[in-house]
Order: sequence, then C-alpha cells, then structure tokens
Amino acid sequence: MSDIAERVKKIVVEHLGVDAEKVTDSANFIDDLGADSLDTVELVMAFEEEFSVEIPDDAAETIVTVGDAIKFLEKNVAA
Amino acid sequence: MRRVVVTGLGMVTPLGSGVDVTWRRLLAGESGASRVEAFEVSDLPCQIACSIPRGTGEGEFDADAWMEPKEQRKVDPFIVYAMAAAKQALDDADWHPSSYEDQIVSGVLIGSGIGGIGGIHDASLLLDERGPRRISPFFIPGRLINLASGYVSIEHGLKGPNHSVVTACSTGAHAIGDAARIIALGDADVMVAGGTESPINRLSLAGFAACRALCTAFNEDPTRGSRPYDRDRDGFVMGEGAGIVVLEEYEHARARGARIYAEVVGYGMSGDAYHITAPSEDGDGAFRCMQAALKRAGITAADLDYVNAHGTSTMADEIELRAVERLVGNAAANISMSSTKSAIGHLLGAAGAVEAIFSILAIRDQVAPPTLNLDNPSVDTPIDLVPHKARQREIDVVLSNSFGFGGTNASLAFRRVDA
Repeated sequence: MSDIAERVKKIVVEHLGVDAEKVTDSANFIDDLGADSLDTVELVMAFEEEFSVEIPDDAAETIVTVGDAIKFLEKNVAA
Repeated sequence: MRRVVVTGLGMVTPLGSGVDVTWRRLLAGESGASRVEAFEVSDLPCQIACSIPRGTGEGEFDADAWMEPKEQRKVDPFIVYAMAAAKQALDDADWHPSSYEDQIVSGVLIGSGIGGIGGIHDASLLLDERGPRRISPFFIPGRLINLASGYVSIEHGLKGPNHSVVTACSTGAHAIGDAARIIALGDADVMVAGGTESPINRLSLAGFAACRALCTAFNEDPTRGSRPYDRDRDGFVMGEGAGIVVLEEYEHARARGARIYAEVVGYGMSGDAYHITAPSEDGDGAFRCMQAALKRAGITAADLDYVNAHGTSTMADEIELRAVERLVGNAAANISMSSTKSAIGHLLGAAGAVEAIFSILAIRDQVAPPTLNLDNPSVDTPIDLVPHKARQREIDVVLSNSFGFGGTNASLAFRRVDA
C-alpha cells in the first residue's frame, strides 16, 4: 500500500469511526461506510489539510470511494 | 386543559453524571466549584467555575458513553450533555417509542442560553487564520441551540413537536413550562424537555465578567464563592451541565403504569421591561411570574412548602427574597427557600431545568436541599433559607424560580400526586 493510500485510510477511519478492515479501495463513503453528505464534505477537507492540496468542488463530487480519493491524491499531490 | 405529570428525570451537573449522585452530594452539602484548569485564566477576574467531573468512575461523566466520539467531534458540549440527560430521563421513564403512533405523539423541547459559543469562538479564529475553506460543514449544525432537540429526537425516534427555547437563565424553566403546555393542549402526549449549557470557556467568562456578574473574590477558595443571601457574596459562579425531564399526559402515564414523580400544576411568566441585565428593583417581575404560576395551579401561597430560588449569589438575591415575602405574606414562616446554585453554580440555560428536578426530588424525599455558605445573611427574613444543611420537612407543593437577562422571568409549580 502506498504512503498516500495509508494516510487516506487512516483519515477515513478517524472521521467516520469505522473499522479499518472496512476501508477498502472499493468502499463507497455513503453506501458502505455510513457517511452522509456533510461527512463527505468534511472528509475532502481533511484530505486537503493532510496533503496540502486544494480539491475543487467539481473534483470533490467525483470522489465517492476510498479508491477515488487515493487515485486523485496520487495524481495531484507533489511527491 | 389536560393534566401533565413528570415521569422521568435526567441530569449532568458539576456534582456528577446522573440524578442519584447529584442529589446525594447536594443533600450532603458538597460543592462542585473549583479553580478552572482547562484553560488559561490568569488574566480573567473570575478564575473559578463549577465543572462537570469527567472520567469513567462512578458518578463521573464519560462523554463516550452517551455519544459516539465521531459525533461528539461535530458538536459543542452542550449537545453531548443534552444527549446524556435525555437518555437518562427516557430510561428513567421507561419510554422508548418504537411504533409510529407512539413516536408522533412524543416531542422534544430543549433550550440553551448561549449554545455553542465556544465552538463559534474557535471557528472564528480558524476563519481568520486559515480562511473559509477550513470551516467544517458541521460548524453550523453543531452550534445551533435547537440542535440539542434535533439530536435527541433523531437518537430516540421522537417525531412529535420539535422545539427549543432561548431565554438566557430562564431557558430551562421556560422549556419545561412550554412543553407542559404543548401536552396540556393536546399537541403531544409525551415531551422530553429541559435545558443544557456548556459555557465554561474564556470568551464566556470574559463576557460575564465584563457584565460584572461573576464572583471574583474567591479565586483562592472556590467552594466558598457561590454564597446566595450571604453578606460576602459578590457574583455568580458559572456552572455547566443539563437537566432534562420526561413530561407526560396524566392518563397516558397512568395507562402504561409509569412512575409519577409530581404534577406540573403551574407555570407563570412575566417580563421586567426594565434593564438588560439587572432585575427591576421592586421585584415586580419576579412577583408577577410567581403569582401567575400559583393562579394557574389554583393554589394559594399558604399551600407552598418549598421554593427553589433563582438566588444567583448576586445583588438580585434580595430582590427575589422580598418578592417571595410579598407573595406569601403571613405564610412566610412556614416556607423553606434555598438556592442550590450555592452547590452547583449557575448553569445558565440549564439552571431552571436542573433546579426544577431538585424541586421535584424535594417532594419525593420530603427534604429541602441546603443553601451552602450562608454564614451571615445580609437580610432578615422569616423565611427559612435552609443554611448549610438540608432540612427534612413536609413538602407537597414547590415553586422553582428562574430569571434571565433581558428581564425574562419564569416560575414552575409542582405538586405531589397521590397514588
């Protein structure tokens, strides 16, 4: 698992209060991890904070699974 | 109008989490005051407060036991306290509506004086330092005062009237009185009602200190700071917590065999129309709201046994006392009146609800809780102010007073219900 993936999963576990085993790449924040629409807004903010990156609203809307978040950040975070 | 009774009690106070521990310590004459350690107070005139004892020990408040940590993160503590006290009260009443029919007749009316002022302070700093993109989507819903009612309704499936009250230090009393009316008028059969407050932070202490309302002379001796009616009193000691009751229509409670603590027989309201922070010096507002409560209850002052005073340990104590004397006239010598703020401090929007519960317990246990630190009364009165020690006595009818900034006054009257 990449460093980014590990950090993303840690944030998801902390913010949504879910077990780490449930936080798979294919896990959907709302359908699988019990988040509501406000939780997903806050998750995106937490990713921005952790990785010092800005995630525009139109990009945020496409991040619906853990894997989406990892993919976006791997592409947009300076190594 | 339909009869309304109290069937469940819950509280989180500076004396502990739960009705039993709080009441036991209150009757034993213990104080919840201490020096504030949670944040810097060296530059504040008032450095003491009555904080909730936190921990996992017996009687201590363990927030995680009442609300998931990930939910707690989103809200100010006043909502967590309300969740705890509401769960206690509903468990005590054994009312857990699961059918749609039961849910829609069960409502919530919980108020707060200043709600999420701590979280608003923090978010303001964040906005200044980091900009608007750092403001959480939970900032607004986690600070709004009516979200205490919102969270409690969601947790327990209470789909009846969902309401809130904001009347400064009268909030808790108004919430219980208004909720009782909602039941009396037939808009609900059960209401979860009360007040909650989490004001112990630098901003609130600075603000109330600026109003010259806080105790400043007892920073080195915190448990002696709250001393209603005593000549050395110099302001109130801030407290935090929540008090919540389950109110129920009398026949509804009887039909399900619920334990009935007392009946809400009277509710009086008045406005001073005088000053934003000081009560009118003639005590007219206080007198009229007590009078209105007795009139609604259909009782006279001679029926009154115990008054839980607003008694904040300020200049206003004597104004209230004179108003009570005027109300009860020749019956003064038969009445006990104490200020439990001497032990738990002033819980602001939660005060009226917590003190209503103390008044109800006074009926249950036939005992008037004490006024601590009343060493040298600043006034002569034929009324028993219950100095230092709880007093065992006959108590069938009680009055609980609350007066708030803005000149908003509320009195609740409760009476024993014979089985």
